[in-house]
Parts: sequence; structure tokens; C-alpha cells
Amino acid sequence: MLLIRCPYCDMARPELEFRYGGQAHVARPADPATLDDAAWGEFLYVRSNPRGVAAERWRHAAGCGRFFNCLRDTVSDRILATYPAGAPAPDPAAPASGSGR
Amino acid sequence: MKFSFASVLSNALGGNAAWPAQWRSPEPKASYDAVIVGAGGHGLATAYYMAKERGLTNVAVIEKGWLGGGNTGRNTTIIRSNYLWEESEAIYEHAMGLWQELSTELNYNVMYSARGVMMLAHDRHDVETFKRHVHANRLAGIDNEWISAGEAKAFCPPLDVSPTLRFPVVGAALQRCGGVARHDAVAWGYARAASAMGVDIVQNCAVTGIRRDPSGAVAGVETSKGFIGAKKVGVVAAGHTSTVMAMAGVRMPLESYPLQALVSEPVKPFMPCVVMSNKIHAYMSQSDKGELVIGAGTDAYTSYSQRGALHISEHTLEAICELFPAVRRLRMLRNWGGIVDVTPDRSPIIGRTPVAGLFVNCGWGTGGFKATPGSGHVFAHTLATGEPHPIAAPFSLDRFRTGRLIDEAAAAAVAH
Ligand SMILES: Cc1cc2nc3c(=O)[nH]c(=O)nc-3n(C[C@H](O)[C@H](O)[C@H](O)COP(=O)(O)OP(=O)(O)OC[C@H]3O[C@@H](n4cnc5c(N)ncnc54)[C@H](O)[C@@H]3O)c2cc1C
Ligand SMILES: [Zn+2]
Repeated sequence: MLLIRCPYCDMARPELEFRYGGQAHVARPADPATLDDAAWGEFLYVRSNPRGVAAERWRHAAGCGRFFNCLRDTVSDRILATYPAGAPAPDPAAPASGSGR
Repeated sequence: MKFSFASVLSNALGGNAAWPAQWRSPEPKASYDAVIVGAGGHGLATAYYMAKERGLTNVAVIEKGWLGGGNTGRNTTIIRSNYLWEESEAIYEHAMGLWQELSTELNYNVMYSARGVMMLAHDRHDVETFKRHVHANRLAGIDNEWISAGEAKAFCPPLDVSPTLRFPVVGAALQRCGGVARHDAVAWGYARAASAMGVDIVQNCAVTGIRRDPSGAVAGVETSKGFIGAKKVGVVAAGHTSTVMAMAGVRMPLESYPLQALVSEPVKPFMPCVVMSNKIHAYMSQSDKGELVIGAGTDAYTSYSQRGALHISEHTLEAICELFPAVRRLRMLRNWGGIVDVTPDRSPIIGRTPVAGLFVNCGWGTGGFKATPGSGHVFAHTLATGEPHPIAAPFSLDRFRTGRLIDEAAAAAVAH
């Protein structure tokens, strides 16, 4: 079970309080009608699925209820950083902030 | 070498010291007509049917670990074909047909045992869903029947069907031809038969890159044992498919999740069939060694860590103890995880890719062991001819562009 730091509550809480929300920073196209099928399919279905550092969404469902983002190494499952939705992904090489360790 | 009563007897008399190696372990050649990435059951079955049915023996299967050491050797071996949609019925039933004679075909005992797979319904929603599956399956000529809670109890005596359960059993869908097989034996049987026909199986050799020629077509694979040329490459790497396809710049509609299973200490035979419950997420069968084989769910998040979280298996064990009170005092012997490649519609991807000469067979997710013979058979056709086999055609990568998804989320709701 992961220990995840919610950037809003500023508390490290067990994974059970959270819901996973999939890959982060997948922006909904501003004007879907202008996309061809390939681009729309890419938006809906294609995911990076990296073996290494992944940026992903979580929701503090049993806490503040808010979405935030998280950088996690998918090989070690170590959380490198959590940060508010809307903020750019921090540099994974930089010293960890808000880490869930 | 052919296994027979005479060979077993003569080797027994010789103290079983003279059995030959079951497959060759060659160094890779400089090039092959086709290279298959991943020596799981699906990759090995593909190679076997390419050699057997297409006469293509200048083929290598490249495996980064040991053959069968991926999900093939980690799964809970449930075999069934009662999926909902025609496309899925066709491919899983194709496999079901091949399972019947597989031991004879391979001259290797894969221990296929049609002991019945029973899927429990716990509420009205389950009843409606399962009945819909039963009717759809029967229209397609696929074995599946609706039975009452009392009949479920008769079919599986250790099951608790008392109405006082938190999630009482109100009926079940039963596929009598469903069952289990020995996972390792499936990999070993295909490996042995393919190797005997000339297929090179190269273990401990990771594919680290996919080389393309100036036209963009596949030219071969870079590996930890050097470059291996091939005009056709079939990627059959299960949970690692995204990473292998990325070597050719192809992004996939896949997410990789840890899926775990566990076995109990061995006990005398008491579990006559396979029982699964989608609702409370648990399933169980008993191996021939006597261990209860129990499958848990995937973790909530993608990972390549190849182990699942404890609270996931705990959740499953709670459900198992509720359904089978007799097992409450059993100890668990070991648990493990595999990395499963999940597609948005829970159906596999079999066929061509945007890169010429590059083919893929993946996305079997939590439930592809049952499809191993059928998957290898149709993918061999694709690799040999460059065209999808009619059964595989609907499972194209292109469906995520056209939107023609094959949604088996209900059939695959419990990880199996
Ligand atoms: C715990 C668990 C329980 C399951 N239960 C069931 C069940 O009851 N019924 C069912 O039908 N299915 C079940 N499944 C799913 C089933 O195991 C898989 O769908 C199936 O075995 C996939 O077979 P495969 O040959 O495609 O993959 P694998 O057996 O995983 O083979 C892929 C191979 O590719 C190799 N590879 C990866 N990357 C590289 C590389 N770069 N270079 C070279 N080789 C590489 C891997 O080492 C691996 O050996 C379960 C899975 C798990 C994990
Ligand atoms: Zn919070």
C-alpha cells in the first residue's frame, strides 16, 4: 500500500483514502470537432504507460475530495512528488517535495 | 523423443537419468525470417503454429528471462469461453476447441481438466448480466447454463449458499467445459514441439531496440546478445508491450497493472471445480498438488513492480472466507504478481501496426491464458501472411481509431 501525501491537506495518508485517476496532463482537446479519428482515438485511449517515472492523477476521495497529480516510479512504486492539479510536473531529478515517503 | 508408455517405462527402469533436454538452447543466428519477442505461452504457441501449419521454421523466439516465466507461469489457469460478444466468442471458443486435443497434439500432458467454471450471481444485476451472457452464448453454440443456488451448492459442496451471507449466492452461470490446465506445461509443451521443428528459442536475451530500414520497415531487433535481423517481428510481451513497442515509436492503448494470486498450503481434494465471483471479487480452484489457487485483483495504479499490495489480497481472502467457510483456518503458502497489459475495452489487440513488418499480439490483460492456443494459432496466420486471420481481424489496433471496440468489461470484470 502506498503512503501518499495530499498536497492540499499536506498530510501523508494511506492509499486507501485515495482513488487513482490515470495518466496526468492529458488535456481534453479544446475543439474536439476539429480532430480526426486518429487524434481523437489517441486522446481517448492511448497512454504512455511508462516503465519509470509516471505522472498520474489521484483524488483524495476520503479526505478533501480534490484531484492532484503525482510523480511515481512505476518500477519501485516510490513516489517522487505530489503537486496540485494545474501545476506543471516538477523535475523528477530535483529533490523530492511533498513526497510520500 | 516421443513420450509414450514405453518411453516412460524404460526411463523409469533407468532411474530417470536418461531423459534428454526438452528443447534446444541455441545461440541466436544473424537473422531469421521472423522474430517473436516474448517466450510466454502466446509467443511460443505462435512459433509452434508457424512451423507446424505454415512450414516456417526459420523463426526465433527471443525471451529476456526464462520461457514461461512471465504471466504464463504466474496465472491461475482458468479456461472458459463464455464471453459476451460474437468476436470474443469466436476467439475464445477457437481456443477452447484447441484445448481439447492439445496434450495429444503436443505429445505433452498439459493437464487440461474440464472441471467446470461457475460464476456466482449475488444480486439482481448479476442475474440479469449472467443470463444475458448465457443466452448470447447459447445462440452462438457455446456451452453456458444458468443454475440455481441449490444446483450451485450441489456442483460445489464447499460453497456456502445460505441466504444470511452479506452477499448471498442467488444463482450461477456454469460452463461445464471450462476448467484449468497446467500453465508451465503449456509453455513447455509448445516450446518443445516448436524447437523440435527447428524454431530457435533464445532465453536470457532481452530485446532492447527495434531497428528500421530507410523505408521505415522493420529490419530486426537489437538484443543483449547483439543484433538479429528479421523482416517480420511479432511482439508478444504482455505487460511489457508498451515498452517494446516504444522502441519502434508506436504508442499503445495499454496500461500495465500488477495482478496477484496466492496459493494455500496443500490439502486433500475438496474443491471440485472453479468458482468465481465478480461481485465480491474472488475466485478459487484446487491444483492437483492440493493447493487452493486463489486469484486477487489488480492494484489500483499502473506498475511494473511485479508484486501486488497486501490489502488487495486481503480483500480477496475476506471474500473467499465468506464463500468457503471451511478454508478459514488454512494458511497461505505464497503469493506473487504478474504485470498485465489492460486495454480500454478489455479485449486483446492482434495484428498489424503502423510500422511495416511489425506485428503485435497483446492486451490479454488479466485473462489471456485460456486463449493461448487460439491466440497463437491466429497470430501465426498473421505473421505468415501479413494479413489478419478472420477470427483476429476485429481485434485490430485500428479499432481504437474507428471506435469499433469489443467491450468485455463485464465478462472480464474479475481478474482471471
Ligand atoms: C496472477 C495472474 C492470474 C491470472 N489468471 C488467469 C486465469 O485464471 N485465466 C486466464 O485465462 N488468464 C489469466 N491471467 C492472464 C494470463 O496470465 C495472460 O493473459 C497470459 O498468460 C499472457 O501470455 P503471454 O504469453 O502473452 O505473456 P507472458 O507469459 O507474460 O509472456 C511475455 C514474455 O515476454 C517477455 N518479454 C517482455 N519484454 C521483453 C523484451 N524486451 N525482450 C524479450 N522478452 C521480453 C517476458 O519476459 C515474458 O516471458 C492471469 C495473470 C496473472 C498475472
Ligand atoms: Zn486532501
